[in-house]
Amino acid sequence: MNDATPAKAALPISISRLTKTYGKVFALDHVDLDIESGEFLTLLGPSGSGKTTLLMVLAGFTRPDHGSVRFGDAEIIRSPPHKRNVGMVFQNYALFPHMNVAANVGFPLKLRKVAKPEIEARVERALETVQLGGFGGRGIDQLSGGQRQRVALARAIVFEPRILLMDEPLSALDKKLREHMQIELRHLHEKLGMTTVYVTHDQREALTMSDRIAVINHGRLMQLGAPKTIYERPANRFIADFIGESTFLPVEVTAGKAMLEGREIRTASPPEGEGRRLVLLRPERLHILAGKAPAGLNVFAATVRDVVYQGDSFLMYAVMAGGQEIAVRGLTRSARLSTVPAPGARVKLGLDPDETALIPDDEAR
Amino acid sequence: MNWLNQSASETQITHKRRLWLYAFAVAVMLFLLAPTVIVMPMSFSQSQYLEFPPREWSLRWYEHYFSSPAWMLATATSLKAGFLTMLVATPLGTMAAYGLYASSMRAAGTIFLILVTPIIVPVILVAIGVFYVYAKIGMVNTLSGLVLAHSILAIPLVVVIVSSALKSFDLNQEMVARSLGANRFKAFALVTLPQIKFSVITGALFSFLTSFDEVIIAMFVSGAQNSTLTRNMFNALRDQIDPTIASISTVMIVVSSALLAATQLMGRGRKS
Amino acid sequence: MSAAAKPHARELKSDARRERLALLGLCSPALALILVIMVIPVGWLFWLSFIGESGDFSLENYARMIDNKSYFRIFRTTFEVSVLTTAICVLIGYPLAYFLAHLPQRMANLCMIAVLLPFWTSLLVRTYAWLVLLQRKGLVNDWAIGLGLWDEPLKLVHNLSGTLIGMVHIMLPFLVLPVYGSMRAIDRDYVKAAANLGATPTQAFWQVFAPLSLPGVLAGSLIVFVLCLGFFVTPAVLGGGKVVMVSMQIANNIELFFNWGAASALGVVLLAATFAVLYAASRIVKFDQIIGGGHGGS
Repeated sequence: MNDATPAKAALPISISRLTKTYGKVFALDHVDLDIESGEFLTLLGPSGSGKTTLLMVLAGFTRPDHGSVRFGDAEIIRSPPHKRNVGMVFQNYALFPHMNVAANVGFPLKLRKVAKPEIEARVERALETVQLGGFGGRGIDQLSGGQRQRVALARAIVFEPRILLMDEPLSALDKKLREHMQIELRHLHEKLGMTTVYVTHDQREALTMSDRIAVINHGRLMQLGAPKTIYERPANRFIADFIGESTFLPVEVTAGKAMLEGREIRTASPPEGEGRRLVLLRPERLHILAGKAPAGLNVFAATVRDVVYQGDSFLMYAVMAGGQEIAVRGLTRSARLSTVPAPGARVKLGLDPDETALIPDDEAR
Repeated sequence: MNWLNQSASETQITHKRRLWLYAFAVAVMLFLLAPTVIVMPMSFSQSQYLEFPPREWSLRWYEHYFSSPAWMLATATSLKAGFLTMLVATPLGTMAAYGLYASSMRAAGTIFLILVTPIIVPVILVAIGVFYVYAKIGMVNTLSGLVLAHSILAIPLVVVIVSSALKSFDLNQEMVARSLGANRFKAFALVTLPQIKFSVITGALFSFLTSFDEVIIAMFVSGAQNSTLTRNMFNALRDQIDPTIASISTVMIVVSSALLAATQLMGRGRKS
Repeated sequence: MSAAAKPHARELKSDARRERLALLGLCSPALALILVIMVIPVGWLFWLSFIGESGDFSLENYARMIDNKSYFRIFRTTFEVSVLTTAICVLIGYPLAYFLAHLPQRMANLCMIAVLLPFWTSLLVRTYAWLVLLQRKGLVNDWAIGLGLWDEPLKLVHNLSGTLIGMVHIMLPFLVLPVYGSMRAIDRDYVKAAANLGATPTQAFWQVFAPLSLPGVLAGSLIVFVLCLGFFVTPAVLGGGKVVMVSMQIANNIELFFNWGAASALGVVLLAATFAVLYAASRIVKFDQIIGGGHGGS
């Protein structure tokens, strides 16, 4: 059922020194980014970070101040949108209300002067790919949100583009449908194999779907890496905060060791340089120790301040002797299987050195 | 009777206490409708003095209208001028509205104001100004001169109507169309235009009516062979109340109402 | 600052400029037409107003306006008619708009026909209709006498009353539409909040609803006033020569006297007055509302 062979379907994208200003504000600040052929890359960042601007430049709707964008070997920075041959899915789908489903999906083929019978065949195949086979005759207003989104997708892939751009396509859907569609989109990507650039502000979505994540803020590329790397080794405090939950412990790095109040904190890799750093504490990686701690763990002593029940898990806030606050997340179990400490109790929290990372102590410009 | 005691608004004021408002509003609506509605049956009066309701019904004033070469010529001129004005003002106005909408230049606001100026400037000024210029270049009493002058009265209407339709139109659709391979013109023609069709047609209709109903410019700029219907009517009114005008008026009311009703129905049909 | 540091900077900039110009170019035919047919002729008139009898530059046209008492009367009449028409329109139009704004949408659309139908009907036709209705032997007199409102037929036309009645009829939709639009846009929660806080219906209206509807009223009044200033047809027909407005005098100057100097001077004054009113109003109300609000119904 493969529509296009992966070898044909993919193009790498190479972005160099891309800059876009609005007055004095840098929407994009000398961005350099290489996207590999066939990969699923997510541009992740808060609103106003520049991720959508970057996507719009790739699509050709926003003209940058300067920069270079190549699809494969071809420089396309000056190319108008209708010549770029990329598929695009918008947040609000932008389906044409005055055409039915088949006419919407067939629109790009009609523009490319494909013969009518072939249009019909390819439209039906595209609809089947998104599991809407036979829906061609329906009007747009007869579709649910999820169905509309799939029609928009079918329309974007029917002409076999080698690059697919998606601007927060799932944000208008409710949670369950969104999670279902995330998996479907991922499957679709694996089947069709085209280079996909996906914009979202939802870090969970990025972690679920991507081959690599590019974290963008203030128009700059903060970090580029696989989801696991971004999550476990964020490059700076902003990324650590934005992705997953975290609390931070300030430590001093001297002579190749990270020191907290005279004790050494063992880390996954030897600390570099000197000066203040932050230890990244992911609440779910801290373990509430009962009894004697296994050797080799980083142990933190603290007093419980609050415990918040959250259904599937609980969040425990504890304060260390030096006043630093730590958050710990644990799964809720019955009282027979584990005891949740009460406020006021003293606890020992353990962290595996392999899961202990250091990040620079700044907001990262 | 129960209804009178129910509340009419958020403040729980009852309908009963608001009856005066309802009566007043109905009276005003009658005031607005009455003249137009009454003229129509009056035009069927047999007598010279138009009566309501007519004591005797007759078609004499209609016969007089349709058999008069002067009136028929004037009607033809007005129809031609209206039609041509529509053909000129609609594309020009639509293009301008789209240009303003698609370009995000700061000058757009100023240009919009300039495009709207013709309906702010008193028509008499435009009329004598145009008359003056036409007199110098020999365009007085020409159909083309009239159409050009009427067009500038119609263009602001088209621009405003089409602009407001574009404002509520989703620009993303054009962007999608362009990403799918359509250049700007095709994107407009295949995606935007079909969806603002209703407003463009309304604009066209208003252009026609603006020209058809126009009196003052016609007074100065049309004449002799190219005298318009409204010009003749106006001149007739200044002398005496010619009952033929009642029949002409009725025809005009019926035609313009029918045209407007047709566009409204068409618009409603699409929305469902 | 080398080219490598800012790749394609120059080309992108000129691409952007070209695209912007092309889009604005779409406006150019319309602009050109307006320039040629309106701006130039009116500009010519402006110049003419400064040319005297002898053909030289002179201010005599303007001087005549200040000296001649009949000109003063014309200005006063124009101003009075405009103010009275606007005031009457507001007085009877506001309650109508209020009524319509509180109807369920479908009923309101139906009743709107009463406002829109005359709006679409030819100006001349409506003026003629009033001419017929208001005559001595006309319908209004007949019915009023029959109902006992007055004994002798009143002179309702070819005077100021007839003119006012006709003009109010023509102008009323121009007021009702923007006011209706602004009333519909008022969030009903404000009135609910007022009632909840203890306001009587009357207080809620005067202290909450009415002030919120004010922008629409100002916009509508402005449109009506400006239109009245330059109005010609209705006063000419229904005034019977006794109500002379500036526009009529301008027409007379051309048609009867061929006095371009006098006519253009009057025209310049009329135009200046119109712009002055609009400018003063633009300080109070946003221009968008005026243009946009008038077409909410269509």
